[in-house]
Amino acid sequence: MKQVPQKDAPLKLNESATWIRDDVSYEVNEPDAYALEEALRQKEKHGGEVVVITAGPARAQTVLREGLAKGADRAIHLEDNGFVGLDAFNTAKAFAAAIKDEQFDLIFTGLQSDDYGYAQTGVILAQILGWPHATIIMHIDKTDAGIKVKRELEAGFFQNVDMPLPAVLTIQSGINKLRYATLIGIKQAKNKPLRKVTMDEVKSSLGDNMQKIEKLYIPQKTKKTEMLEGPPAEVAKKLVEKLKNEVRVL
Amino acid sequence: MSNVLVVVEQREGKLNRVSFETLRGAQQLAAEMGWTLEAAVLGANPADIAAEIAKTKVAKVYALSCAACEHYTPDAYAAALKQFIESKKPTLVLMPHTYQVRDFAPKLTTALNRTLISDAVGYRQDGNKLVFVRQMFQGKFAADVSFAGEAPYFATFQAGAFRGDQVETGSAPVEAVTLNVDASSIRNKPLEIFKEAKQAVDLTQAEVIVSVGRGIKEQKNIEIVQKLAEALGAEVAASRPICDSGWLPMDRQVGSSGQTVAPKLYLALGISGAIQHIVGMKGSRSIIAINKDAEAPIFEIADIGIVGNLFEIVPPLIEEIKKAKGA
Repeated sequence: MKQVPQKDAPLKLNESATWIRDDVSYEVNEPDAYALEEALRQKEKHGGEVVVITAGPARAQTVLREGLAKGADRAIHLEDNGFVGLDAFNTAKAFAAAIKDEQFDLIFTGLQSDDYGYAQTGVILAQILGWPHATIIMHIDKTDAGIKVKRELEAGFFQNVDMPLPAVLTIQSGINKLRYATLIGIKQAKNKPLRKVTMDEVKSSLGDNMQKIEKLYIPQKTKKTEMLEGPPAEVAKKLVEKLKNEVRVL
Repeated sequence: MSNVLVVVEQREGKLNRVSFETLRGAQQLAAEMGWTLEAAVLGANPADIAAEIAKTKVAKVYALSCAACEHYTPDAYAAALKQFIESKKPTLVLMPHTYQVRDFAPKLTTALNRTLISDAVGYRQDGNKLVFVRQMFQGKFAADVSFAGEAPYFATFQAGAFRGDQVETGSAPVEAVTLNVDASSIRNKPLEIFKEAKQAVDLTQAEVIVSVGRGIKEQKNIEIVQKLAEALGAEVAASRPICDSGWLPMDRQVGSSGQTVAPKLYLALGISGAIQHIVGMKGSRSIIAINKDAEAPIFEIADIGIVGNLFEIVPPLIEEIKKAKGA
Protein backbone atom coordinates (compact mmCIF):
# COMPACT_ATOMS: atom_id res chain seq x y z
CA MET A 1 0.00 0.00 0.00
CA LYS A 2 1.21 3.47 -0.74
CA GLN A 3 0.70 6.78 0.95
CA VAL A 4 -0.01 9.59 -1.52
CA PRO A 5 -0.97 13.27 -1.21
CA GLN A 6 -4.65 13.83 -0.50
CA LYS A 7 -6.67 14.24 -3.67
CA ASP A 8 -7.61 17.87 -3.26
CA ALA A 9 -4.51 18.92 -1.32
CA PRO A 10 -2.81 21.91 -2.97
CA LEU A 11 0.65 20.72 -4.02
CA LYS A 12 3.77 22.84 -4.18
CA LEU A 13 7.01 22.03 -5.95
CA ASN A 14 10.23 21.61 -3.98
CA GLU A 15 13.17 23.96 -4.61
CA SER A 16 14.79 21.85 -7.29
CA ALA A 17 11.35 21.26 -8.92
CA THR A 18 11.95 17.51 -8.94
CA TRP A 19 9.25 16.52 -6.45
CA ILE A 20 6.54 18.08 -4.33
CA ARG A 21 7.08 19.67 -0.94
CA ASP A 22 6.42 17.26 1.87
CA ASP A 23 4.19 19.57 3.93
CA VAL A 24 0.86 18.31 2.57
CA SER A 25 -1.81 15.98 3.92
CA TYR A 26 -1.53 12.36 2.90
CA GLU A 27 -3.95 9.51 2.46
CA VAL A 28 -4.00 5.90 1.28
CA ASN A 29 -3.61 5.49 -2.46
CA GLU A 30 -7.19 4.70 -3.41
CA PRO A 31 -6.61 1.63 -5.60
CA ASP A 32 -4.56 0.16 -2.73
CA ALA A 33 -7.55 0.57 -0.41
CA TYR A 34 -9.52 -1.67 -2.77
CA ALA A 35 -6.62 -4.14 -2.84
CA LEU A 36 -6.64 -4.37 0.96
CA GLU A 37 -10.42 -4.74 1.03
CA GLU A 38 -10.21 -7.62 -1.44
CA ALA A 39 -7.51 -9.33 0.66
CA LEU A 40 -9.68 -9.00 3.77
CA ARG A 41 -12.67 -10.47 1.91
CA GLN A 42 -10.60 -13.42 0.66
CA LYS A 43 -9.43 -14.06 4.20
CA GLU A 44 -13.00 -13.97 5.48
CA LYS A 45 -13.94 -16.57 2.87
CA HIS A 46 -10.94 -18.85 2.98
CA GLY A 47 -9.10 -18.11 6.23
CA GLY A 48 -5.45 -17.23 6.54
CA GLU A 49 -3.67 -14.03 7.40
CA VAL A 50 -3.52 -10.57 5.83
CA VAL A 51 -0.28 -8.61 6.02
CA VAL A 52 -0.06 -4.95 4.93
CA ILE A 53 3.23 -3.52 3.66
CA THR A 54 4.34 -0.05 2.69
CA ALA A 55 7.58 1.81 1.90
CA GLY A 56 8.01 5.41 2.96
CA PRO A 57 9.00 7.72 5.82
CA ALA A 58 7.56 7.56 9.35
CA ARG A 59 4.32 9.27 8.25
CA ALA A 60 3.48 6.26 6.04
CA GLN A 61 2.82 4.23 9.18
CA THR A 62 -0.67 5.79 9.21
CA VAL A 63 -1.50 3.68 6.14
CA LEU A 64 -0.50 0.52 7.96
CA ARG A 65 -2.39 1.42 11.15
CA GLU A 66 -5.46 2.04 9.05
CA GLY A 67 -5.04 -1.35 7.38
CA LEU A 68 -4.62 -3.06 10.74
CA ALA A 69 -7.70 -1.27 12.05
CA LYS A 70 -9.72 -2.58 9.12
CA GLY A 71 -8.68 -6.15 9.89
CA ALA A 72 -5.15 -6.88 8.66
CA ASP A 73 -3.22 -9.10 11.08
CA ARG A 74 0.23 -7.57 10.93
CA ALA A 75 2.25 -4.96 9.08
CA ILE A 76 5.66 -4.40 7.52
CA HIS A 77 7.07 -0.89 7.15
CA LEU A 78 10.08 -0.22 4.96
CA GLU A 79 10.80 2.98 6.79
CA ASP A 80 13.07 5.56 5.20
CA ASN A 81 12.58 8.82 3.36
CA GLY A 82 14.81 7.34 0.63
CA PHE A 83 12.06 4.96 -0.47
CA VAL A 84 10.09 7.92 -1.85
CA GLY A 85 12.70 8.57 -4.53
CA LEU A 86 12.99 5.00 -5.82
CA ASP A 87 11.77 4.12 -9.29
CA ALA A 88 9.23 1.31 -9.67
CA PHE A 89 11.91 -1.34 -10.32
CA ASN A 90 13.81 -0.46 -7.15
CA THR A 91 10.63 -0.20 -5.09
CA ALA A 92 9.68 -3.72 -6.17
CA LYS A 93 13.22 -4.95 -5.40
CA ALA A 94 12.97 -3.45 -1.91
CA PHE A 95 9.62 -5.19 -1.28
CA ALA A 96 10.97 -8.50 -2.59
CA ALA A 97 13.95 -8.25 -0.23
CA ALA A 98 11.76 -7.33 2.74
CA ILE A 99 9.46 -10.34 2.29
CA LYS A 100 12.03 -12.96 1.33
CA ASP A 101 11.36 -15.03 4.46
CA GLU A 102 7.58 -14.73 4.21
CA GLN A 103 5.36 -17.37 2.60
CA PHE A 104 2.50 -15.55 0.90
CA ASP A 105 0.01 -17.19 -1.46
CA LEU A 106 -1.22 -13.94 -2.96
CA ILE A 107 0.10 -10.40 -3.20
CA PHE A 108 -2.44 -7.68 -3.93
CA THR A 109 -1.55 -4.18 -5.12
CA GLY A 110 -3.68 -1.34 -6.42
CA LEU A 111 -3.54 -1.13 -10.21
CA GLN A 112 -1.63 2.16 -10.08
CA SER A 113 -0.73 5.00 -7.76
CA ASP A 114 -2.34 8.41 -7.69
CA ASP A 115 1.03 10.17 -7.56
CA TYR A 116 3.36 8.50 -10.12
CA GLY A 117 0.67 6.55 -11.95
CA TYR A 118 3.22 4.15 -13.46
CA ALA A 119 1.06 1.03 -12.98
CA GLN A 120 4.18 -1.13 -12.83
CA THR A 121 5.27 -2.05 -9.30
CA GLY A 122 3.00 -5.10 -8.91
CA VAL A 123 3.97 -6.62 -12.25
CA ILE A 124 7.68 -5.99 -11.64
CA LEU A 125 7.42 -7.58 -8.19
CA ALA A 126 5.85 -10.71 -9.71
CA GLN A 127 8.71 -10.99 -12.20
CA ILE A 128 11.35 -10.56 -9.47
CA LEU A 129 9.66 -13.23 -7.34
CA GLY A 130 9.20 -15.50 -10.37
CA TRP A 131 5.44 -15.59 -9.82
CA PRO A 132 2.65 -15.28 -12.39
CA HIS A 133 0.54 -12.13 -12.29
CA ALA A 134 -2.67 -10.66 -13.66
CA THR A 135 -3.62 -6.98 -13.79
CA ILE A 136 -6.76 -4.85 -13.43
CA ILE A 137 -8.69 -7.53 -11.55
CA MET A 138 -12.43 -7.23 -10.90
CA HIS A 139 -13.18 -10.61 -9.29
CA ILE A 140 -11.34 -13.51 -7.66
CA ASP A 141 -12.53 -17.09 -7.10
CA LYS A 142 -10.56 -19.87 -5.47
CA THR A 143 -10.31 -23.03 -7.58
CA ASP A 144 -8.84 -26.47 -6.92
CA ALA A 145 -5.66 -25.63 -8.82
CA GLY A 146 -5.30 -21.99 -7.74
CA ILE A 147 -7.54 -19.06 -8.63
CA LYS A 148 -9.80 -17.85 -11.39
CA VAL A 149 -9.69 -14.06 -11.86
CA LYS A 150 -11.72 -11.67 -13.95
CA ARG A 151 -9.53 -9.14 -15.77
CA GLU A 152 -10.91 -5.89 -17.07
CA LEU A 153 -10.01 -5.33 -20.72
CA GLU A 154 -10.77 -2.17 -22.65
CA ALA A 155 -14.10 -1.04 -24.12
CA GLY A 156 -16.28 -2.89 -21.63
CA PHE A 157 -14.77 -6.34 -22.20
CA PHE A 158 -13.59 -8.76 -19.52
CA GLN A 159 -11.65 -12.00 -19.54
CA ASN A 160 -11.48 -14.85 -17.07
CA VAL A 161 -8.05 -16.30 -16.42
CA ASP A 162 -7.11 -19.45 -14.50
CA MET A 163 -3.81 -19.17 -12.71
CA PRO A 164 -1.75 -21.04 -10.14
CA LEU A 165 -0.61 -19.73 -6.76
CA PRO A 166 1.41 -17.99 -5.52
CA ALA A 167 0.54 -15.00 -7.69
CA VAL A 168 0.49 -11.19 -7.79
CA LEU A 169 -2.77 -9.43 -8.66
CA THR A 170 -3.23 -5.72 -9.32
CA ILE A 171 -6.71 -4.71 -8.23
CA GLN A 172 -9.07 -2.36 -10.06
CA SER A 173 -10.88 0.32 -8.06
CA GLY A 174 -14.52 -0.54 -7.54
CA ILE A 175 -13.98 -4.32 -7.29
CA ASN A 176 -15.72 -4.21 -3.90
CA LYS A 177 -17.20 -1.81 -1.41
CA LEU A 178 -14.69 -0.40 1.06
CA ARG A 179 -15.30 -0.92 4.76
CA TYR A 180 -14.68 1.60 7.47
CA ALA A 181 -12.48 0.80 10.43
CA THR A 182 -14.50 0.18 13.60
CA LEU A 183 -13.63 1.73 16.95
CA ILE A 184 -12.71 -1.69 18.25
CA GLY A 185 -10.59 -2.28 15.17
CA ILE A 186 -8.73 0.98 15.72
CA LYS A 187 -8.09 0.01 19.33
CA GLN A 188 -6.89 -3.48 18.42
CA ALA A 189 -4.62 -2.12 15.69
CA LYS A 190 -2.38 -0.57 18.33
CA ASN A 191 -1.40 -3.99 19.62
CA LYS A 192 -0.91 -5.73 16.31
CA PRO A 193 2.66 -6.51 15.25
CA LEU A 194 4.45 -4.06 12.97
CA ARG A 195 7.87 -5.04 11.64
CA LYS A 196 10.17 -2.24 10.56
CA VAL A 197 12.68 -2.74 7.77
CA THR A 198 15.47 -0.19 7.37
CA MET A 199 17.04 0.96 4.13
CA ASP A 200 20.28 -0.74 5.22
CA GLU A 201 18.56 -4.12 5.35
CA VAL A 202 17.46 -4.00 1.71
CA LYS A 203 20.16 -1.76 0.20
CA SER A 204 22.23 -4.62 -1.20
CA SER A 205 19.23 -5.70 -3.29
CA LEU A 206 18.77 -2.30 -4.94
CA GLY A 207 20.44 -0.88 -8.02
CA ASP A 208 20.76 2.60 -9.46
CA ASN A 209 17.47 4.14 -10.53
CA MET A 210 17.18 3.62 -14.28
CA GLN A 211 14.90 6.59 -14.80
CA LYS A 212 15.00 10.05 -13.39
CA ILE A 213 12.54 12.89 -13.01
CA GLU A 214 14.44 15.82 -14.52
CA LYS A 215 11.80 18.30 -13.55
CA LEU A 216 8.21 18.65 -12.47
CA TYR A 217 6.08 21.56 -13.65
CA ILE A 218 2.54 22.81 -14.16
CA PRO A 219 1.41 21.42 -17.51
CA GLN A 220 1.15 23.86 -20.37
CA LYS A 221 -2.37 24.74 -21.32
CA THR A 222 -3.36 23.57 -24.73
CA LYS A 223 -6.65 25.42 -24.70
CA LYS A 224 -7.67 28.94 -23.86
CA THR A 225 -10.17 28.72 -21.06
CA GLU A 226 -12.58 31.55 -20.49
CA MET A 227 -13.15 31.87 -16.75
CA LEU A 228 -16.52 33.18 -15.58
CA GLU A 229 -16.38 35.07 -12.30
CA GLY A 230 -18.81 36.65 -9.89
CA PRO A 231 -21.44 35.65 -7.35
CA PRO A 232 -23.28 32.37 -8.14
CA ALA A 233 -26.46 33.98 -9.51
CA GLU A 234 -24.47 36.20 -11.84
CA VAL A 235 -22.23 33.36 -13.00
CA ALA A 236 -25.32 31.24 -13.70
CA LYS A 237 -26.72 34.05 -15.88
CA LYS A 238 -23.47 34.48 -17.79
CA LEU A 239 -23.23 30.75 -18.36
CA VAL A 240 -26.76 30.47 -19.72
CA GLU A 241 -25.96 33.30 -22.18
CA LYS A 242 -23.02 31.22 -23.40
CA LEU A 243 -25.14 28.08 -23.62
CA LYS A 244 -27.60 29.98 -25.75
CA ASN A 245 -25.33 32.02 -28.02
CA GLU A 246 -22.03 30.17 -28.26
CA VAL A 247 -22.52 26.51 -27.34
CA ARG A 248 -26.03 26.63 -28.80
CA VAL A 249 -27.65 23.93 -26.74
CA LEU A 250 -30.57 26.03 -25.55
CA MET B 1 23.01 4.38 -35.76
CA SER B 2 20.22 4.34 -33.25
CA ASN B 3 16.88 2.84 -34.01
CA VAL B 4 13.34 2.86 -32.72
CA LEU B 5 11.11 -0.17 -32.66
CA VAL B 6 7.35 0.19 -32.35
CA VAL B 7 5.53 -2.91 -31.15
CA VAL B 8 1.98 -2.56 -32.43
CA GLU B 9 -0.87 -4.24 -30.62
CA GLN B 10 -3.14 -6.99 -31.84
CA ARG B 11 -5.75 -8.83 -29.85
CA GLU B 12 -7.22 -12.08 -31.08
CA GLY B 13 -5.89 -11.30 -34.56
CA LYS B 14 -7.22 -7.74 -34.76
CA LEU B 15 -5.01 -4.65 -34.91
CA ASN B 16 -5.65 -2.15 -32.13
CA ARG B 17 -5.95 1.17 -33.98
CA VAL B 18 -4.30 3.07 -31.14
CA SER B 19 -1.08 1.56 -32.53
CA PHE B 20 -1.19 4.16 -35.32
CA GLU B 21 -0.90 6.92 -32.73
CA THR B 22 2.27 5.35 -31.35
CA LEU B 23 3.57 4.90 -34.89
CA ARG B 24 2.91 8.57 -35.61
CA GLY B 25 4.75 9.63 -32.44
CA ALA B 26 7.60 7.32 -33.36
CA GLN B 27 7.77 8.72 -36.92
CA GLN B 28 8.16 12.25 -35.54
CA LEU B 29 10.70 11.19 -32.96
CA ALA B 30 12.77 9.15 -35.42
CA ALA B 31 12.80 12.02 -37.93
CA GLU B 32 13.89 14.57 -35.33
CA MET B 33 16.60 12.35 -33.88
CA GLY B 34 17.75 11.00 -37.25
CA TRP B 35 17.01 7.46 -36.11
CA THR B 36 15.70 4.48 -38.08
CA LEU B 37 12.16 3.36 -37.38
CA GLU B 38 11.00 -0.23 -37.53
CA ALA B 39 7.79 -1.88 -36.37
CA ALA B 40 6.89 -5.34 -35.14
CA VAL B 41 3.71 -7.27 -34.54
CA LEU B 42 3.56 -10.41 -32.42
CA GLY B 43 1.00 -13.19 -32.70
CA ALA B 44 0.28 -16.69 -33.93
CA ASN B 45 -0.49 -15.39 -37.45
CA PRO B 46 0.83 -11.84 -37.67
CA ALA B 47 1.17 -11.66 -41.49
CA ASP B 48 -2.04 -9.72 -42.23
CA ILE B 49 -1.44 -7.11 -39.58
CA ALA B 50 2.22 -6.81 -40.62
CA ALA B 51 1.02 -6.11 -44.18
CA GLU B 52 -1.27 -3.37 -42.89
CA ILE B 53 1.53 -1.76 -40.90
CA ALA B 54 3.84 -2.03 -43.93
CA LYS B 55 1.69 0.66 -45.58
CA THR B 56 3.04 3.23 -43.12
CA LYS B 57 6.36 5.01 -43.37
CA VAL B 58 8.72 2.66 -41.54
CA ALA B 59 11.98 1.05 -42.64
CA LYS B 60 10.81 -2.50 -42.01
CA VAL B 61 8.04 -4.50 -40.38
CA TYR B 62 8.79 -7.69 -38.46
CA ALA B 63 6.01 -10.25 -38.43
CA LEU B 64 6.83 -12.12 -35.24
CA SER B 65 5.05 -15.44 -35.26
CA CYS B 66 4.89 -17.43 -32.09
CA ALA B 67 2.56 -20.42 -31.81
CA ALA B 68 2.28 -20.02 -28.04
CA CYS B 69 1.13 -16.40 -28.52
CA GLU B 70 -2.21 -17.28 -30.12
CA HIS B 71 -4.11 -16.14 -27.05
CA TYR B 72 -2.53 -13.35 -25.08
CA THR B 73 -0.65 -14.25 -21.90
CA PRO B 74 2.01 -12.13 -20.19
CA ASP B 75 4.36 -15.14 -19.98
CA ALA B 76 4.30 -15.83 -23.74
CA TYR B 77 4.42 -12.18 -24.82
CA ALA B 78 7.26 -11.24 -22.50
CA ALA B 79 9.29 -14.33 -23.44
CA ALA B 80 8.79 -13.84 -27.20
CA LEU B 81 9.56 -10.12 -27.21
CA LYS B 82 12.56 -10.64 -24.95
CA GLN B 83 14.05 -13.04 -27.53
CA PHE B 84 13.42 -10.62 -30.36
CA ILE B 85 14.68 -7.52 -28.58
CA GLU B 86 17.83 -9.28 -27.40
CA SER B 87 18.63 -10.25 -30.98
CA LYS B 88 17.68 -6.92 -32.61
CA LYS B 89 19.05 -4.61 -29.92
CA PRO B 90 16.88 -1.56 -30.63
CA THR B 91 17.79 1.69 -28.87
CA LEU B 92 14.22 2.58 -28.00
CA VAL B 93 11.07 0.47 -27.93
CA LEU B 94 7.73 2.29 -28.08
CA MET B 95 4.29 0.81 -27.43
CA PRO B 96 0.78 2.15 -26.85
CA HIS B 97 -0.23 2.34 -23.16
CA THR B 98 -3.07 -0.17 -23.41
CA TYR B 99 -4.36 -2.57 -20.78
CA GLN B 100 -2.55 -5.39 -22.59
CA VAL B 101 0.77 -3.54 -22.70
CA ARG B 102 0.38 -2.57 -19.04
CA ASP B 103 0.02 -6.26 -18.33
CA PHE B 104 3.24 -7.50 -19.97
CA ALA B 105 5.56 -4.54 -20.55
CA PRO B 106 6.85 -4.13 -16.95
CA LYS B 107 7.50 -7.89 -16.88
CA LEU B 108 9.38 -7.70 -20.18
CA THR B 109 11.55 -4.76 -19.13
CA THR B 110 12.29 -6.37 -15.75
CA ALA B 111 13.29 -9.62 -17.46
CA LEU B 112 15.70 -7.56 -19.59
CA ASN B 113 16.88 -5.67 -16.49
CA ARG B 114 15.74 -2.43 -18.11
CA THR B 115 13.13 0.18 -17.25
CA LEU B 116 9.90 1.47 -18.76
CA ILE B 117 8.61 5.04 -18.78
CA SER B 118 4.92 4.30 -18.94
CA ASP B 119 1.96 6.42 -20.02
CA ALA B 120 3.94 9.25 -21.65
CA VAL B 121 2.04 12.01 -23.45
CA GLY B 122 5.00 13.19 -25.49
CA TYR B 123 8.76 13.48 -25.74
CA ARG B 124 11.29 16.22 -26.28
CA GLN B 125 14.96 16.80 -26.73
CA ASP B 126 16.45 18.54 -23.74
CA GLY B 127 19.96 19.41 -24.87
CA ASN B 128 21.34 16.07 -26.00
CA LYS B 129 18.96 14.19 -23.74
CA LEU B 130 15.73 12.61 -24.87
CA VAL B 131 13.07 13.09 -22.21
CA PHE B 132 9.57 11.72 -22.08
CA VAL B 133 6.78 13.89 -20.75
CA ARG B 134 4.24 12.27 -18.48
CA GLN B 135 1.47 13.42 -16.20
CA MET B 136 1.89 13.01 -12.46
CA PHE B 137 -0.31 13.53 -9.43
CA GLN B 138 -3.43 12.85 -11.48
CA GLY B 139 -2.50 15.47 -14.06
CA LYS B 140 -1.73 18.28 -11.62
CA PHE B 141 1.89 18.27 -12.74
CA ALA B 142 3.79 17.20 -15.81
CA ALA B 143 7.21 15.62 -15.49
CA ASP B 144 10.17 15.33 -17.83
CA VAL B 145 11.58 11.87 -17.27
CA SER B 146 14.91 10.69 -18.64
CA PHE B 147 16.56 7.29 -18.88
CA ALA B 148 19.73 6.45 -17.01
CA GLY B 149 21.91 3.47 -17.87
CA GLU B 150 22.04 1.58 -21.10
CA ALA B 151 19.67 0.85 -23.98
CA PRO B 152 17.28 -0.62 -24.83
CA TYR B 153 14.92 2.00 -23.42
CA PHE B 154 11.19 1.44 -23.23
CA ALA B 155 8.30 3.89 -23.21
CA THR B 156 4.56 3.69 -23.74
CA PHE B 157 2.35 6.47 -25.12
CA GLN B 158 -1.05 7.34 -23.72
CA ALA B 159 -4.07 7.11 -26.03
CA GLY B 160 -4.58 10.48 -27.71
CA ALA B 161 -0.94 11.58 -27.31
CA PHE B 162 -0.50 11.62 -31.12
CA ARG B 163 -2.82 11.76 -34.09
CA GLY B 164 -3.17 8.29 -35.56
CA ASP B 165 -4.87 9.70 -38.65
CA GLN B 166 -1.73 11.69 -39.43
CA VAL B 167 0.53 8.67 -39.68
CA GLU B 168 2.74 8.96 -42.76
CA THR B 169 2.15 6.32 -45.38
CA GLY B 170 4.81 4.31 -47.15
CA SER B 171 5.68 0.87 -48.36
CA ALA B 172 7.90 -1.21 -46.13
CA PRO B 173 9.33 -4.69 -46.52
CA VAL B 174 8.03 -7.34 -44.15
CA GLU B 175 10.40 -9.82 -42.55
CA ALA B 176 8.91 -12.95 -41.04
CA VAL B 177 10.54 -14.07 -37.80
CA THR B 178 9.64 -17.22 -35.90
CA LEU B 179 9.98 -17.09 -32.14
CA ASN B 180 9.87 -20.24 -30.07
CA VAL B 181 8.22 -20.04 -26.69
CA ASP B 182 7.83 -23.24 -24.69
CA ALA B 183 4.09 -23.63 -24.14
CA SER B 184 4.69 -25.35 -20.81
CA SER B 185 6.29 -22.15 -19.46
CA ILE B 186 2.94 -20.34 -19.70
CA ARG B 187 1.27 -20.32 -16.30
CA ASN B 188 -1.92 -18.33 -16.88
CA LYS B 189 -4.73 -20.02 -18.80
CA PRO B 190 -6.80 -17.35 -20.52
CA LEU B 191 -10.48 -18.28 -20.80
CA GLU B 192 -13.37 -16.61 -22.58
CA ILE B 193 -13.54 -12.87 -23.36
CA PHE B 194 -16.98 -11.45 -22.63
CA LYS B 195 -19.05 -8.33 -22.11
CA GLU B 196 -21.25 -7.76 -19.09
CA ALA B 197 -24.99 -7.44 -19.62
CA LYS B 198 -25.55 -5.07 -22.52
CA GLN B 199 -24.97 -1.45 -21.69
CA ALA B 200 -28.31 0.16 -20.98
CA VAL B 201 -27.16 3.70 -21.61
CA ASP B 202 -25.33 4.68 -24.76
CA LEU B 203 -23.66 7.94 -23.80
CA THR B 204 -21.84 8.13 -27.11
CA GLN B 205 -25.07 9.26 -28.78
CA ALA B 206 -25.83 12.04 -26.30
CA GLU B 207 -25.69 15.63 -27.58
CA VAL B 208 -25.35 17.10 -24.10
CA ILE B 209 -23.83 15.41 -21.07
CA VAL B 210 -23.82 16.60 -17.49
CA SER B 211 -21.09 14.71 -15.69
CA VAL B 212 -20.39 14.51 -12.01
CA GLY B 213 -17.28 13.72 -9.98
CA ARG B 214 -16.08 13.50 -6.41
CA GLY B 215 -17.00 17.12 -5.75
CA ILE B 216 -20.60 15.99 -5.30
CA LYS B 217 -19.50 14.60 -1.93
CA GLU B 218 -22.58 12.50 -1.08
CA GLN B 219 -24.96 10.19 -2.88
CA LYS B 220 -28.01 12.27 -2.01
CA ASN B 221 -26.48 15.26 -3.81
CA ILE B 222 -26.66 13.42 -7.14
CA GLU B 223 -30.24 14.67 -7.29
CA ILE B 224 -29.28 18.25 -8.18
CA VAL B 225 -27.16 16.91 -11.02
CA GLN B 226 -30.13 14.97 -12.32
CA LYS B 227 -32.27 18.09 -12.09
CA LEU B 228 -29.73 20.09 -14.05
CA ALA B 229 -29.52 17.35 -16.68
CA GLU B 230 -33.30 17.28 -16.93
CA ALA B 231 -33.45 21.04 -17.42
CA LEU B 232 -30.80 20.83 -20.16
CA GLY B 233 -32.21 17.70 -21.78
CA ALA B 234 -28.90 16.00 -21.09
CA GLU B 235 -27.70 12.54 -20.12
CA VAL B 236 -26.08 12.14 -16.70
CA ALA B 237 -22.57 10.70 -16.64
CA ALA B 238 -19.89 10.34 -13.98
CA SER B 239 -16.23 9.81 -13.30
CA ARG B 240 -15.09 6.43 -12.06
CA PRO B 241 -15.16 7.07 -8.27
CA ILE B 242 -18.87 7.91 -8.41
CA CYS B 243 -19.66 4.60 -10.09
CA ASP B 244 -17.22 2.71 -7.84
CA SER B 245 -19.20 4.03 -4.87
CA GLY B 246 -22.43 2.82 -6.48
CA TRP B 247 -23.91 6.35 -6.58
CA LEU B 248 -24.57 5.96 -10.30
CA PRO B 249 -24.55 2.73 -12.31
CA MET B 250 -21.34 1.65 -14.07
CA ASP B 251 -22.87 2.25 -17.51
CA ARG B 252 -22.84 6.00 -16.76
CA GLN B 253 -19.07 6.05 -16.47
CA VAL B 254 -16.95 8.13 -18.84
CA GLY B 255 -13.22 7.49 -19.12
CA SER B 256 -10.64 4.87 -19.98
CA SER B 257 -12.60 2.12 -18.26
CA GLY B 258 -15.99 3.47 -19.30
CA GLN B 259 -17.41 5.09 -22.40
CA THR B 260 -15.66 7.54 -24.71
CA VAL B 261 -17.92 10.43 -25.58
CA ALA B 262 -17.80 13.51 -27.81
CA PRO B 263 -21.01 15.47 -27.24
CA LYS B 264 -21.74 19.03 -28.28
CA LEU B 265 -21.51 20.02 -24.62
CA TYR B 266 -19.81 18.27 -21.73
CA LEU B 267 -20.57 19.98 -18.44
CA ALA B 268 -18.22 18.67 -15.74
CA LEU B 269 -19.33 19.22 -12.17
CA GLY B 270 -16.83 18.62 -9.38
CA ILE B 271 -14.59 16.57 -11.68
CA SER B 272 -10.90 17.21 -11.07
CA GLY B 273 -9.88 15.82 -14.44
CA ALA B 274 -7.73 12.77 -13.78
CA ILE B 275 -6.14 11.44 -16.96
CA GLN B 276 -8.35 8.35 -16.91
CA HIS B 277 -11.42 10.55 -17.14
CA ILE B 278 -10.07 13.05 -19.65
CA VAL B 279 -9.25 10.42 -22.26
CA GLY B 280 -12.96 9.61 -22.35
CA MET B 281 -14.28 13.14 -22.99
CA LYS B 282 -11.59 15.42 -24.37
CA GLY B 283 -13.06 15.13 -27.85
CA SER B 284 -16.20 16.99 -26.72
CA ARG B 285 -17.00 20.06 -28.83
CA SER B 286 -17.46 22.29 -25.81
CA ILE B 287 -16.27 21.59 -22.28
CA ILE B 288 -17.53 23.56 -19.33
CA ALA B 289 -16.06 22.85 -15.90
CA ILE B 290 -17.28 23.88 -12.48
CA ASN B 291 -14.84 23.03 -9.70
CA LYS B 292 -13.89 24.58 -6.38
CA ASP B 293 -10.17 23.97 -6.98
CA ALA B 294 -8.73 26.54 -9.38
CA GLU B 295 -5.74 24.23 -9.95
CA ALA B 296 -7.86 21.26 -11.03
CA PRO B 297 -6.51 19.78 -14.29
CA ILE B 298 -10.02 19.83 -15.81
CA PHE B 299 -9.54 23.58 -16.38
CA GLU B 300 -6.65 22.81 -18.71
CA ILE B 301 -9.01 21.35 -21.26
CA ALA B 302 -12.13 23.37 -20.48
CA ASP B 303 -13.44 26.02 -22.88
CA ILE B 304 -15.34 27.73 -20.10
CA GLY B 305 -14.39 27.42 -16.45
CA ILE B 306 -16.03 28.43 -13.21
CA VAL B 307 -14.12 28.23 -9.96
CA GLY B 308 -16.69 27.89 -7.22
CA ASN B 309 -18.98 25.79 -5.12
CA LEU B 310 -21.19 23.70 -7.37
CA PHE B 311 -23.89 23.55 -4.69
CA GLU B 312 -24.21 27.34 -4.91
CA ILE B 313 -23.97 27.60 -8.68
CA VAL B 314 -26.14 24.73 -9.89
CA PRO B 315 -29.50 25.79 -8.35
CA PRO B 316 -29.54 29.28 -9.94
CA LEU B 317 -28.20 27.70 -13.14
CA ILE B 318 -31.21 25.36 -13.28
CA GLU B 319 -33.52 28.35 -12.79
CA GLU B 320 -31.81 30.38 -15.52
CA ILE B 321 -31.97 27.45 -17.95
CA LYS B 322 -35.66 26.98 -17.27
CA LYS B 323 -36.23 30.71 -17.83
CA ALA B 324 -34.25 30.65 -21.10
CA LYS B 325 -36.18 27.62 -22.33
CA GLY B 326 -39.49 29.12 -21.35
CA ALA B 327 -38.72 32.32 -23.25
